[in-house]
Parts: sequence; structure tokens; C-alpha cells
Amino acid sequence: MAEIALMKGNEVVAEAAIRYGCDGYFGYPITPQSEIMETLMLRKPWEETGMVVLQAESELASINMVYGGASSGKRVMTSSSSPGISLMQEGLTYMAAAELPCLVVNVMRGGPGLGTIGPSQGDYFQAVKGGGHGDYNMIVLAPASVQEMNDFVGLGFDLAFKYRTPVMMLVDGIVGQMMEKVTLGDFKPRWTNEQIEQNAPWALRGKKSGEPAKYITSCFLDLSQLEGVNERLQAKYKVMKEQEVRFVNNSCDDADIVIVAYGSVARICRKVAQLAREEGIKVGVLRPITLFPFPTVELQRLAAMGKKFISVELSAGQMVEDVRLAVGNDVQFYGRTGGIVPTPEEILEQIKKMV
Amino acid sequence: METNEIIKPENLVVGRTSVLKECPMHYCPGCTHGVVHKLIAEVVEELGIQDATIGVCPVGCSVFMYNYMDVDMVEAAHGRAPAVATAISRLNPDKYVFTYQGDGDMASIGCAEIMHACNRGENIVVVFINNAIYGMTGGQMAPTTLLGQITATTPYGREPKLHGYPLQITELIAQLPGTCYVTRQSADTPAAIRKTKAALKKAFQNTRRGAGTSYVEVVGTCASGWKLSPEEANNWMRTNMFDKYPLGDLKDI
Repeated sequence: MAEIALMKGNEVVAEAAIRYGCDGYFGYPITPQSEIMETLMLRKPWEETGMVVLQAESELASINMVYGGASSGKRVMTSSSSPGISLMQEGLTYMAAAELPCLVVNVMRGGPGLGTIGPSQGDYFQAVKGGGHGDYNMIVLAPASVQEMNDFVGLGFDLAFKYRTPVMMLVDGIVGQMMEKVTLGDFKPRWTNEQIEQNAPWALRGKKSGEPAKYITSCFLDLSQLEGVNERLQAKYKVMKEQEVRFVNNSCDDADIVIVAYGSVARICRKVAQLAREEGIKVGVLRPITLFPFPTVELQRLAAMGKKFISVELSAGQMVEDVRLAVGNDVQFYGRTGGIVPTPEEILEQIKKMV
Repeated sequence: METNEIIKPENLVVGRTSVLKECPMHYCPGCTHGVVHKLIAEVVEELGIQDATIGVCPVGCSVFMYNYMDVDMVEAAHGRAPAVATAISRLNPDKYVFTYQGDGDMASIGCAEIMHACNRGENIVVVFINNAIYGMTGGQMAPTTLLGQITATTPYGREPKLHGYPLQITELIAQLPGTCYVTRQSADTPAAIRKTKAALKKAFQNTRRGAGTSYVEVVGTCASGWKLSPEEANNWMRTNMFDKYPLGDLKDI
């Protein structure tokens, strides 16, 4: 019988990591996500599963600890919020280049700068377009519920190892902070040494007799060699775009207007759709679950049916650029920034302007 | 003994350690890196831990250390080797984990990482090559650059008001309770090289007993960066650097 609990989104990330057999968490406190490390320290998983939990001296250190752990084939993660994630960009581009898997949870707060601890989706560009230097992408998962924060821990690790890539769970502060009913996963043991050898044959486990030593690097001074690395990464991203797109289509097919929204905003927009339909306006909500890869094909399918689009975000207009790339420039936008969350009524006003 | 006798394999008295790959190194003539690489390789071979050793390379001249050492290695971002090594060691407590960093990498951009790794007493070996200059980027000032020393970014000599003072980071690290062994050695004479090898061996043996962080500084030369011949560089180091960076054990518990 599955275990059901009432938990905060941040707390459930910690619980899910322990239950999924995560080997190590390395983090640095920052609001609004500190409950993740606090929960782990309280749970003492090192006594239960052997999972390592370490408070690092900075986000620079924590992402590089993740880099080290991943290089030895371990399932490792970190979490932070916007300013801390900015500090991690160096480590993330190195991990993308060295093709190391990890899970990074970003519980976004209002920016730019030190900003505010209120919820935001202002890190979309940074998460989806690479963030650090060079040509790379990460798989970006956007949960809209505590249940999805639980589920995307395991999904994130699976995708990270499948593609040897960092995976980011991009959460707005509302989902991270709210409490909901959640069905917890079953306990899975951490990988044994044999399983690591099998699942991560590239990992540094110590040189084997008769085999060359292994090394992991992101330094390729030979220009054609580096171009080869880039071509391999791009080929990987192409496969992700073909196979890993995830979204929820809420009554878009019979709608005249499609709201594109992710995270907590998508839930507000489902209320908007309900209110609009009560007034005779057919509105649906297309909620991307993967922000990279983006549900471009689904949006194009809906556009071919002649629908109008509006992107609603807790930002000044970031995801809307990807919606426009998919369906053309005739896409409306509504957003609030600074940690302010729009009401269903104010979004409905915007919808009515489109009729 | 005739030459053709001497070169017979059975008459060899010193061999090349198998933990060092058979390929030419890219280091300049007179550079200390090659010597210290060889010493680490010999220690790994003598302790029989080649299959259990994981090294962390820095950004700097020794960025390609993995091309020379026949052990598993990972290349870290600039200054972050102690953080990378922390996780490898904690997640793989049966492994011998070492970092290898220069003065710019460890004492400047990576100052926080080395301090906190040592303060946590991570069960790792830290090898610190101090040649008082940035080698790979073309001879700029390092935290350990001496007062008056001319570099590409101190063309009139390092002056405290402009550039601050030489950082004796090893003296700071010796104060941290997480460290069990802190020593400063050199590699300019056969005797010094033997001492450095003994220090490295002790450091790796400390990993086995889980005593905390072992830290070996090697005061080295950068003949190219200093714009001296290899012999002049050794003399300059002995005359100028050993005063500020005196050799010997700072801590051994």
C-alpha cells in the first residue's frame, strides 16, 4: 500500500531523494528552498541508506561537489534558489561538457539581483537556454504540484543518467512552499558498485588491471575535437526533443484560446479557463512539463487548428519567446514580476481582450 | 662497465614507474611539475593503490595531468578541486583521493574551497605547487608572488599598496583542526626530491588511517614565467622563495 503524506514541496524532494536511492546531496542554504537540506539533515539518511548529505561553503562548492560525485558514477543532487543557481552556472556548463548526470532543483525567487523571496519564474531563460557559457542545454522539468516534485526526483535521475546530462527541476516558490497530499514512492536501494559499473561504465571507479585509466574532462584544446564534442551534445539534444517532450493538454482541442503556462501559474490558469467557459469563452491550458525540450510540435498542432495563444508567466515575458518560435509572433503575453502572483480575475480580463 | 653492458635490462638500477604513462610531457625545461608527477606516481605504485586512486586535476599548467598519470582522474573547474575531491572521497571512502593544484588555482580563486575542505578534515591528499606565478596564462601575479617580483601584471614589481602581500596559505591551513599533516618541501636537489617523496608517501598513508586532510606544498620553479634558465630558476627560488616559504613540516599528527 502506497504511503500517503501531507508535505511541503521542498520537504518531499528530500524524502523522494532518500527513497529513490540518491547517493549524495550537497547544498547551501537559501530561501525559499532551505527545507530541502533541513529535512535531509533531520532524516539522517546516512544511517538509513548511506546517503551522504553535506552543507557546502557556497553554491560554487556544492555544484562542484556534485560534479565530483557524478564523476564517480553516483546519483547526486543539489538544490538552491535563483541567486545561488547563478553561482552554479560554471559547474553546470562543465557538467554538460563533461557529460555528467545530476539533478539540480531551483526553487525560483523574484529577481534580478538579490531580489525577493517571493515566487517567480524569472529564471526560465537561464534554465532553458543554457545559463552558463557555451552551446549546451539541460533537460528542464517544471512541476506544478507537490506530487510532481516528488515524482520528478526519480524521473530527473533517470533522464540524467539516460542522457549523461544535468537535469534541472525548475520550480516556482509557490510549489516549493505549499503543502499538499502526496503519494510517496517505494524505497529503492542505492546502486551497488556492480550497478554503477553497469549503469555508468564511464565513471571513475579506480583503474582496472589491464584497462587504461579513465579520465573525465571538459577541456578539449584541439579545435576539431571540441567541435566533435559539440556535435555529440547537439545530437543528444535532438533525441531529447524527439523523445522527451512532456506536457498536459487541458481542453485545448475544443478551445478558441489556449493559455500556455507552467508550474503554479498553470493551476491558476485552469481556474481562469473554468471562469471563461462559464462566460461562454472556450479556453484551454497547455502546460509544458518539460521546458527543454519544449512542446513545440503540440503547439504547432493547436496553431494549425486556428487557435489564439497567450503565455502567462511569473516573469516579464520569457517562455513566450519559445511559444512565438513555435507558432509565430501573434501570441499575447501577461505576466507579473517581483514575487507577485496574478489572480484568476486579472488573467481573465486579458483573455476577454482577445475575444 | 662498458656502455653496452650498462644499458642491458638486467643491469638497470632505477626504472620508470608504470603509473606514469610513456609519453612526452608538455612542461617547459626546468619545470617542477614533471618531477612531482613522477613522485606521486612512484608513491601510488609503491603503496599498491593504483586501482584505488582517483586524482583531481586543476586549471593551470597541470590541467593535462591525466595525460601522464595512469590512474583515474577528473579535471575540475578553476579552484574547485577540493570541492570535487570532497564528494569523491565521501561517496567512495575506499578510494585514495588526491588534488593537485597550483598557487593561482588553490590560493587565489580556490581559496574558499581549500580552506573549507581542510577545515572539514576531508580524507584527501592535497598537493600544492607554489611557483609564485601563473604559468599557463603567461606569467601573471599569483597570491604567492613575492614583493618586488616582476610578472606580466606587476611589470614594476609587486608592491603591497597596489597588489597586497604574498599569501602564506600553508601557514593558515596548518592552523585548521581538520588537517593532520601539513608540510612544505621543494624539488630542486636529489635530497629535496627524496624528502618530497617521503612526504607524499606519508600523506597517502594518512588516507588509509582516515586521519584528516594531508597537505603537501612543493615550492617549485617556473623558469619560463620567471624568464630564467632552469639553473638560474633553482638559484632564484633558493635565494628568494625559501625565506618567505621556509621548508619543513608545519604539522604532523
